[in-house]
Amino acid sequence: MSSIRGSRGAEMTMTTDQNTPAPALDIDALSVSFATDGGTLHALKDVSFSVPKGRITGIVGESGCGKSTLINAILGLLADNGEVTGGAIRLGESADITKLTPRQMRDLRGLQISTVFQDPMGALNPVLSVGKQMRDIQYRSNLSKREKDARSVEMLRQVRIPDPEKRLTQYPHEFSGGMKQRVAIAMALMMRPQLLIADEPTTALDATLEVATIELLKELQQEIGCAVLFISHHLGVIAELCDDMIVMYAGEVVEQGSVRQIFRNPSHPYTRALLDCDPARLHERVKHLPTIPGTLPDLRNRPKGCVFQARCALAKPECGQPVTSVEVTPGHIARCIRTNEVTA
Amino acid sequence: MSAPLLSVKDLRVVFSVGGTLSRLRGHVTAIEGVAGVSFDIAKGETFALVGESGSGKTTLARTLNGLQKVASGSIHFDGKDATSMGRAEMKELRRRAPMMFQDPVGSLSPRLDVRALLAEPFRIHGMSDRDLDAEVRRLLTLVGLPVDFASRYPHQLSGGQARRVGVARAVALDPQLIIADEPTAGLDVSVQGEVLNLLNDLRDRLGLSMLIITHNLHVVRQIADRTAVMYLGRFVEMGETEAIFRSPAHPYTAALLSANPEPDPDRVHDRIKLPPEVPSVMARPSGCEFHTRCPFAQDLCRRNAPPLRVNGGHQLTCHFPMNTPAQAGLEQAQ
Repeated sequence: MSSIRGSRGAEMTMTTDQNTPAPALDIDALSVSFATDGGTLHALKDVSFSVPKGRITGIVGESGCGKSTLINAILGLLADNGEVTGGAIRLGESADITKLTPRQMRDLRGLQISTVFQDPMGALNPVLSVGKQMRDIQYRSNLSKREKDARSVEMLRQVRIPDPEKRLTQYPHEFSGGMKQRVAIAMALMMRPQLLIADEPTTALDATLEVATIELLKELQQEIGCAVLFISHHLGVIAELCDDMIVMYAGEVVEQGSVRQIFRNPSHPYTRALLDCDPARLHERVKHLPTIPGTLPDLRNRPKGCVFQARCALAKPECGQPVTSVEVTPGHIARCIRTNEVTA
Repeated sequence: MSAPLLSVKDLRVVFSVGGTLSRLRGHVTAIEGVAGVSFDIAKGETFALVGESGSGKTTLARTLNGLQKVASGSIHFDGKDATSMGRAEMKELRRRAPMMFQDPVGSLSPRLDVRALLAEPFRIHGMSDRDLDAEVRRLLTLVGLPVDFASRYPHQLSGGQARRVGVARAVALDPQLIIADEPTAGLDVSVQGEVLNLLNDLRDRLGLSMLIITHNLHVVRQIADRTAVMYLGRFVEMGETEAIFRSPAHPYTAALLSANPEPDPDRVHDRIKLPPEVPSVMARPSGCEFHTRCPFAQDLCRRNAPPLRVNGGHQLTCHFPMNTPAQAGLEQAQ
């Protein structure tokens, strides 16, 4: 049973049964703004979704859709001019974590939520050995130095770094790009977090390494049983790795559902356009590659009604009215009044 | 067929590593970044170089442009030997075979506005006597940017717009060949399509040849007429793009193609899995250099380097090419 909810939870008919355990991550009508010279920039508006325990949820969307803002909001790392203006983020059974003090938030990070970023080199300190860094991130544990190192070796073995004992004494530059990303994954999962946030972890890797990293991530996720929020703009990777997915555009969730529901039956015009643009779906050479004409709306002055209307081929005057979400099939929700015509 | 625009024969590029101490200790002091590569690019043709990081793609491109010294072999551009060119001739070559560098925003100076960025090639090549404002307008229109973008700075451009400015700089001085290093890396899919459409369109309109370096195979299929697959500084397979995608003959090519995640959750992947340990050019494996990762390697592969097999326009170096029907299941599905 899916526990994905509509973007306005209260208005939706729920399909989740009452006994489902609390999801690993629950985001409820989250809005985030940034104060800029040109006015208030509404980066996220009414974002609602949840990541069930033990599942992998993918987030897709192009630059400027709010993926990074969302991650930073979850981690409590918004820039100084950013502010959560509404909604709540709950982690497992916890209360709203947006209300926590920086100190309390710090206790969560690395222990209950951890992150793997895009650039593996940037995630590791170049002047400390890998062993030292892996020992350092266990600073909360009471283990002895030797025990910590043994755990590091175990973790490196799990991410298939050959000869891990020797590798502990080496520095990041002595590892290849794919290995560095595996070390970063090992470090992120060391404390067996409830939630792993993976922000485009394979973008910097070659195709063969990308596939190997995805398989490794899936394997470790199943072993540890954590939930994963996986951000990517690579639709192929999302299709292969994730159970559920969320499509974001200009700071809103425009479609959500299981990976199969969305790839089989994209129900928001933006999702459909995005899928059409992926050259991976073309199995022969075409004269003209599909694109999405137009640009993102100004987030300081968001359009009334549908956020995609200016670029949408199906737009009509009613799209200027406030949008309600439509449930296409149980658990599959699109924020578009013409959903039926998209799918037709 | 007329003479190729670019002709590269047995090109080698060597980097020296380590100092006197490693030489005295008998360690490796020279590595081959490009190890004997030959290919031609015809007028109006798009040629793609694919391969993993560190395979020598960028080094090869830089060498064509005179940014890297040639150790041996030859490069002929439009009939002239580029390896023996003086400074002035080399400058002329760079005008006619400009390079587009990887990072779209990072390859533009942050201190110059778009007008200055587009006028720069004319100044460098002593052509400032032209009406530069008119040239800037012409170039912006050519790459599909509004004319008022001339007053913007790189930080005010999106990735796609910055890439268009990069394309405009490359086509400014009526080039014959454009060398594009990862032209769409880091761009969103919808923008990637725009940039590829622009490059295809300019090639047709201006009769350009292009050398595209990328590790995105989907891009290759949409833009390149011919493709070469590089591994440790050598071409392991080269041929018509469509033929390579339909039936890759080298196991490495097949593995690369099968590693491509497809946007279809129900697709059953019949992957050729490669061990992730890429050998170093410091210690090249014996025999066929791919044998350490090749799932089909046999004794012969470990002992002897495979000969170059040439079949029409298609060439590869492999003892046991994958062209038997039993292996046809590994082909990219149509």
